This record gives sequence, C-alpha cells and structure tokens, in this order.
Amino acid sequence: MGVARIGGSVRSGEAVLSGLSLCVNGSVYAIAADPATPLVYVLRNELGMTGTKFGCGLEQCGACAVLVDGASVLSCNVPAGQLAGRDIVTIEADGDSLLDAVGAAFVAAGAAQCGYCIPGMVIAVAGLLRADPRPGEEAIRAALQPHLCRCGTHARVLRAVHALSSDGGARP
Amino acid sequence: MTTESLARYRAVDDWLALTPDGRVTVRTGKVDIGQRVTTALALIAAEELDVDYGIIDIDGVDTAVSLDEEHTSASNSVERSGQSIRLAAATARRHLLARAASALGVDPATLDVSDGIVRSATTNRSVTYWELMDGCGFGIEVDTAIAPKPAARYRQIGGTVVARDLAALVRGAAPFLHDMILTGMLHARLVRPPHHRARLAALDPAVEGRLEGGSLVRDGSFLAVVHSDEYTAVRLAARVATAAQWADNGGLDTRDIWQRLVTAPRISLPVREGDAVEEPVPPLDPPPDAAVTTLHLRLERPYVMHASIAPSAAMALFEDGALTIWTHSQGVHQIRQTLAEALGMDVAKLRLVQKRGAGCYGHNGADDAALDAAIVARALPGRPVMLKWSRGDEHAWEPYGPAMVIYVRASLDAEGRVIDWSHETFSDTHRTRPRPGHDASGPRRMLATHLVENPVAPFVPEPFLLAPLAGVHRNATPYYGFLRKRVVKHLVPGMALRTSTLRSLGAYANVMAIETMMDELARAAGIDALDFRLRHLDDARAHDVLRAAAERGHWGRAGTGEGAGRGRGLAFARYNGLKAYAAVVVDLEVDDAALVHLRRVTVAADAGQVVDRDGLALQIEGAAIQAASWTLCEQVTWDAGGVTSRDWESYPILRFDNAPAIEVVLIDRPDQPYLGPSECALGPTAAAIANAIRDATGLRLVRLPFTPDAIRAAALQ
Repeated sequence: MGVARIGGSVRSGEAVLSGLSLCVNGSVYAIAADPATPLVYVLRNELGMTGTKFGCGLEQCGACAVLVDGASVLSCNVPAGQLAGRDIVTIEADGDSLLDAVGAAFVAAGAAQCGYCIPGMVIAVAGLLRADPRPGEEAIRAALQPHLCRCGTHARVLRAVHALSSDGGARP
Repeated sequence: MTTESLARYRAVDDWLALTPDGRVTVRTGKVDIGQRVTTALALIAAEELDVDYGIIDIDGVDTAVSLDEEHTSASNSVERSGQSIRLAAATARRHLLARAASALGVDPATLDVSDGIVRSATTNRSVTYWELMDGCGFGIEVDTAIAPKPAARYRQIGGTVVARDLAALVRGAAPFLHDMILTGMLHARLVRPPHHRARLAALDPAVEGRLEGGSLVRDGSFLAVVHSDEYTAVRLAARVATAAQWADNGGLDTRDIWQRLVTAPRISLPVREGDAVEEPVPPLDPPPDAAVTTLHLRLERPYVMHASIAPSAAMALFEDGALTIWTHSQGVHQIRQTLAEALGMDVAKLRLVQKRGAGCYGHNGADDAALDAAIVARALPGRPVMLKWSRGDEHAWEPYGPAMVIYVRASLDAEGRVIDWSHETFSDTHRTRPRPGHDASGPRRMLATHLVENPVAPFVPEPFLLAPLAGVHRNATPYYGFLRKRVVKHLVPGMALRTSTLRSLGAYANVMAIETMMDELARAAGIDALDFRLRHLDDARAHDVLRAAAERGHWGRAGTGEGAGRGRGLAFARYNGLKAYAAVVVDLEVDDAALVHLRRVTVAADAGQVVDRDGLALQIEGAAIQAASWTLCEQVTWDAGGVTSRDWESYPILRFDNAPAIEVVLIDRPDQPYLGPSECALGPTAAAIANAIRDATGLRLVRLPFTPDAIRAAALQ
C-alpha cells in the first residue's frame, strides 16, 4: 500500500496554560486545554484521570459521567470552561465515602462484565444517593436511564443500588 | 480428555510457571473481554495445584510470546483453554509431589498440599512448590491421560470468588486500551466515506492549510487526521469531512432485505446431523399422510449491531521497519497474518499485543481499527499513533450480524407428535473474521483494504460446513426427536451491508424460529408447552433445565392469558446442539401503547461443571438482556446514502426502564466436561419473549424487532 502524507508536521505537545483552572477531586488544576474542549478530554488526557470513559460524545450513553457540585453530569460535550469554580468529582476521587460505598456495593453484587460503562454508573448512583439516600425503584431506574450497558449487567446494578438504598447507610 | 491446544502446546511450561515471588503464572491464548474467562482459568489452575486463587496471575496475550488458541469465541474458552490448564496443572502437581517425596524422604502417598506447601503425615518437615522448583521450569509434557482432582475434593471451584479486576474496573482503575499513553503519542481520527461503496472523488486542498499543526494521512479513499491533541483531532476530522467529496457509485442497495434474501442467487446445502453437506437439497415433500395439522412460519431478523459501548481503537508504532499494534482484538494471532498481507510486510516484523477492550460480542470493529492504526502509523514512523473510531464510525462501519429469513413447516399427527419438520435458513455470511487463507482471503475480510489506492478484490464468502463453527445453520437442526427433519442452509452473499460474527451467530434466529413454532404446535395440539417439549426430548439434561426453569418461573400457574396484556413464555435450546443447555421463562406485559414491559426472566442452564458460579450466572444474565434488547429494540437502518443508525438514538438498545428481574438457576454437573455458557441463553430468551407476547396478546410476531409499531402492524393484519 503506498501511503501518502499530506500537510504539515505534527505539533509537539508543548503545554501553554489557557488561564482556565478546574477543581477536581478537591484539588485545583491549571489547565492547558482550550476552554471549549469537552471536560472528558481534559480529565483523561491532561489530568490522567482515565476512569471517566468516552463512549459516544453525544450524551447518549453515560460512560463519561462525573459529579459536578454533587450531581451526575455527562462530561463528553460540556466545555471544560463552563465548569470553572465548580466542584468536580471523578470516579478516581480518593477518600470519598459515598463513592467507596457505591463501589463496594457494585463489587458485592458482581456488577460489572467488561466494566467500560460501570464507572459512569457508580457516579450516577452516587449522585442519586446524595440527593436521596433511600430512593425507590422508579427513582433508581430514572437515575440510571441515561446509562447504557451492552454486556447486560442491569439486574446486578439494580441489586447493588437496592442494597445501598435499604442499608440507608450510604450517606457520607 | 485432551484438547486441540494441548496437541500444539504439549509442555507444562507452555501453560504454567511458578514465579520466584511465590506466585503462579498461567498462560492462555484466550482473552478476557468481560466474560470473566480469566477468573475461571485462575480457579481451575488454583484448584488443581492446591494453591489460593489469589496468587494466580494470567499472562496477557501477545503474539511475541503467547499461545495461539485461535479466537476467543464460540463459548469455547473454558472447554479448551480451561481443560488444557487443568491437565497441565494436574501434571505439574504430580511432578511437584514426586519431587517433594524425594526431598522429604517420604512416601508420596503420605503427602498433602495446601497453599502450595507440601507436608507429610510422617514428618514435621514441609517444602513449598517454589523451593522445589527453585526458579526452574518443569521440563515435562502434559499428561493428557492424567486424572484431575475429583470434584468432591474441590475447595475453590463452584464457590464464590470476587472476579479478577472487578474492584479496579468499578472504580475506573483497570486500564483499557483506550487509556494507553505512550511518549510522543499522536491521536488519529478517520474520515470515512458515507458508505462502503463510496470512494473519495476530491479533497479541497485548502483544508491542508487548516490542520492546526496536525497532518492528514491519505491512501486512496482511506483518510485520517492526526494531531497531538485528541480533541483537536476530533475537530479536524469534522473539518476534513466537509472538504471531502465522495463518488457515490450507486449507493447502498435499498431493496427489501428479506425479499432479497429469498430471491437473490445463493448457495444451498442440506444440513444433516448439524453439518452441511455438499449434496443436492432434498425437495420439500408434502406433509405425511398421518399429518392432521401442518403449520408454517416465516421469521425475519434485521441486521443487528454488536454495538460495543467503547468505539473501536488501536495503538500502533512503526519503528525500524517493525510494527507493534496494541489491539482489543479477540484473535491477535489470527489477524497478524492478515495485517502483514494487507500491509505488504513480513509477518515476523509484526507484533500484536492484546489490551483490554469493552465487550465486543463477536467480530466488531476491533480488527479493522488495528489495520487503520497500522496504516496511519506507517506514515508516521517513530510516533505511536492512537487511533479511535468515533461513535458514528462504530455504528456505521462495524460488520453487523446478518439479516436472516427462516421458513419452518411442521406437522403433527393425531397424538400430538411432530412427525415432519422442515427448516430453511437464508442469510448472508456470519464468518468474516480475518483468518489466514489463500488468495488474500484475510485482507478481503478487512475494511481499509477496500478503501486504499490499491484495493483487494471483494470478499466472497463460502459456505462453512461443520456444525460447531458454522454460522448460517448454527442451531438450525432442532434438538428434538422428530420423526423426519429436513434442514437447509442458504448462504446468500453480497447483501446490502457487510456482516460477520455476532454472539451466537445464526443460533439466535434459528432457535427463535424453532421455539416459536414449538409454541404454536403445542397450542395446536392442545398440549402444555412444557409438556410438549418434554415429550419430544430424550435427553435427561434437557428435561432438567426445562423443569427447573418451569418451576422457578412459575410455569403453569394462573394469571396469564390471551388478551389480558400479561403473558408468560417458555423456550429451550442446547447451544450448537452440543454445548450448554438453557431453558427460559419470560414474564411480560404489553400495554395499550403496544410497549412490551419485561418483568421477569428465569433461566435454567446446564453448562457442565460449574467453575466460577457467579461469573457463569452473569454471562447468562447478560445474554438474556442482550437477547431481549435485540428482540425488542434493535434494527440497523440505511438508505442509499449510507447507514442511518449512527448513534444510540437512531439505534436504541435496552435501557434500565425495561430491565427485567433475572433469576439464573445453574445445574452443576461435577465430573462432566465444561460446556461454554456465554451464548446458550440468547435464542431461548428471544423465543420466550415472542411466546410470552403471543400469550399476552394472541399475536404471533415474526418480524424482529418487536417494537410498538411492529406489534400494532401485526394486530392490524
């Protein structure tokens, strides 16, 4: 196969700060990316937080969910610049007792197959339980509705959330 | 019982190593793609060696060092790799005990092992496996006749363990291929044609000046943009797309696919005992004289996606004439030769390293992305290139599960016995996985090889005859003991969209056709659907799963019936006619808007000896959900201008609002061979849904998917 290359040289990744700073998992980071860059790319590539997954870039699958001021937000389309001054929590957050409790419930329920969609669901459940520590069936399903799982782990995820909900002890 | 893999890799050292850090490394050619196979393999090794599951490491799969066990597919990993590891570990243990006896100066019969520490009842001394091996290999062959540990002595297998990597996966700490970073890495995105027949006619040269320091890689109609910043690459791909003009070449074929399947030129072969044979197709004779009832059914399945949650990706690095590709392919050894041919490279210069990917459920975009990345990396020597497909690329360019048409005709005698059965399946190929072969048959199965300046000839599928790996006629032969069975496969190549292996291949639709016909026959005979099946099965294991599903799924209890809107359905199959058994009961409701609400799915399965109980149950749960999604939601759509299912709105899959409660009943068969479980539940779940809708509404739906529109259309007929 003859491959022709067109165009200029590839830019090296010199970091020039954009003036944007983000508060992620309790730390403030000066950001190099253009503020128009969707948050998921900034988290993954600039901050190395790859637990937040890219699934569609269309806010249709939920793999990229993070907590913003405690509520689950899909990060694949929202410009990072819009989140300046907000409290962003990702799946990596250390010492977050709510995320730890949700994660442990998922492990206890065996609620992952390939696991690509699961961090986003853990975030969604944490967001739900923060607002309502004892959600009913309808609220649980509504909170998970933006999240797709192709492996079919739904029943396990629901089991995990019910365990947390009936414990009532998930609140930090 | 030996395995194909042991015929190739005979040494214990091929499979196992005791590492100096007091752990055990297990080698396999199978990859974990969310089906938890590494958990099962680790359990098997731990059990045979009498060491703890927690000290087992599973080597990654890498063409430079790993075993070639062919694709991770067809539910054969535990049967094949697991059985190999079991015999290798049993051989290793015997060898270690012989050495221990000599080291301790005792009779081997007095020895006992726990956690890799060998003790004798006649002395206080002990010795560990690692002391005995002292960093050396075993240097012996696997004894394929060795008796493995009897199931009665199992301490770990069949129990509950935490799946490998589960805690890390849940917290996003288990790295996927997509998360890889290499120094100096560049990001690539594709600019694809509108459809597979279109070719690049012109590219506005002005776009080259608007690449923000990135670059363009072009080879014929293969077009990619590269940039050090990922999101810039995403934006540039959109910009370049607006600068590209494509020659349509007639567009996609928009004629009715199900009509095309039964009228287009085809290769037709009879199927006997599960295998297709190169003989004339026997005519469809009239029903026998003893027939009192003859029923006909025509089932239509659309194209269905693998629809992985992660768009396909690959990393490639071309350096000093050698190419390394990191891929989430299911078969790194298999695509290596194909990639070498496609790239015109010496296969020795190509190394493939398997990395974790999202669930793929068959041959999705993974292999094609590996070639795409390789093409781009070759144009940029010395720079690692991470190429990711977009969501739209994944939806529009993965090879779909083929559309299918199935005709069944069946006759009952006066006693309610099935005395005649004819089954004909029409389908494009299910077997497009790149495999080494003559006449560039591997590259022809790839995507980019058709887009480049010097394309390969089109791929022309050939019928595959033998049952275990067949696509079109997988599970086309009913497992029931009917007096007369006529089964025909029709391979119809060259249909509108590119197709390949999707979980369970033809079995999903074939089982659905058989099991919906069984439901209608039972009704016609006035016999309960469970009883009707049992009467036609002489396999006790089949009876057991059916009875277990019926019991746990409350089969036969009141509360359902035509017109009530609530229905219960039953179905059964043995996967491939020789693998795991599954029987399914589905409870659902059909509301006034013709929406189907799944309430409860009960699956009873017999997959032989149970290894990882929780993992096995989860594979079956997942299969049930995936089958429900295919059955209720999914259909690839297209027009002349290309595939129109390009995201999760235009191709919806099942979400949490319709996720049923699932119960899985596992029938453990200690001392029976492992039977791969991952695909056994798909067909029976789909058929049980169809049968439950029939129960709820009186409607026999035969065109998938069963959307509200389809149900309303059926009601009007």
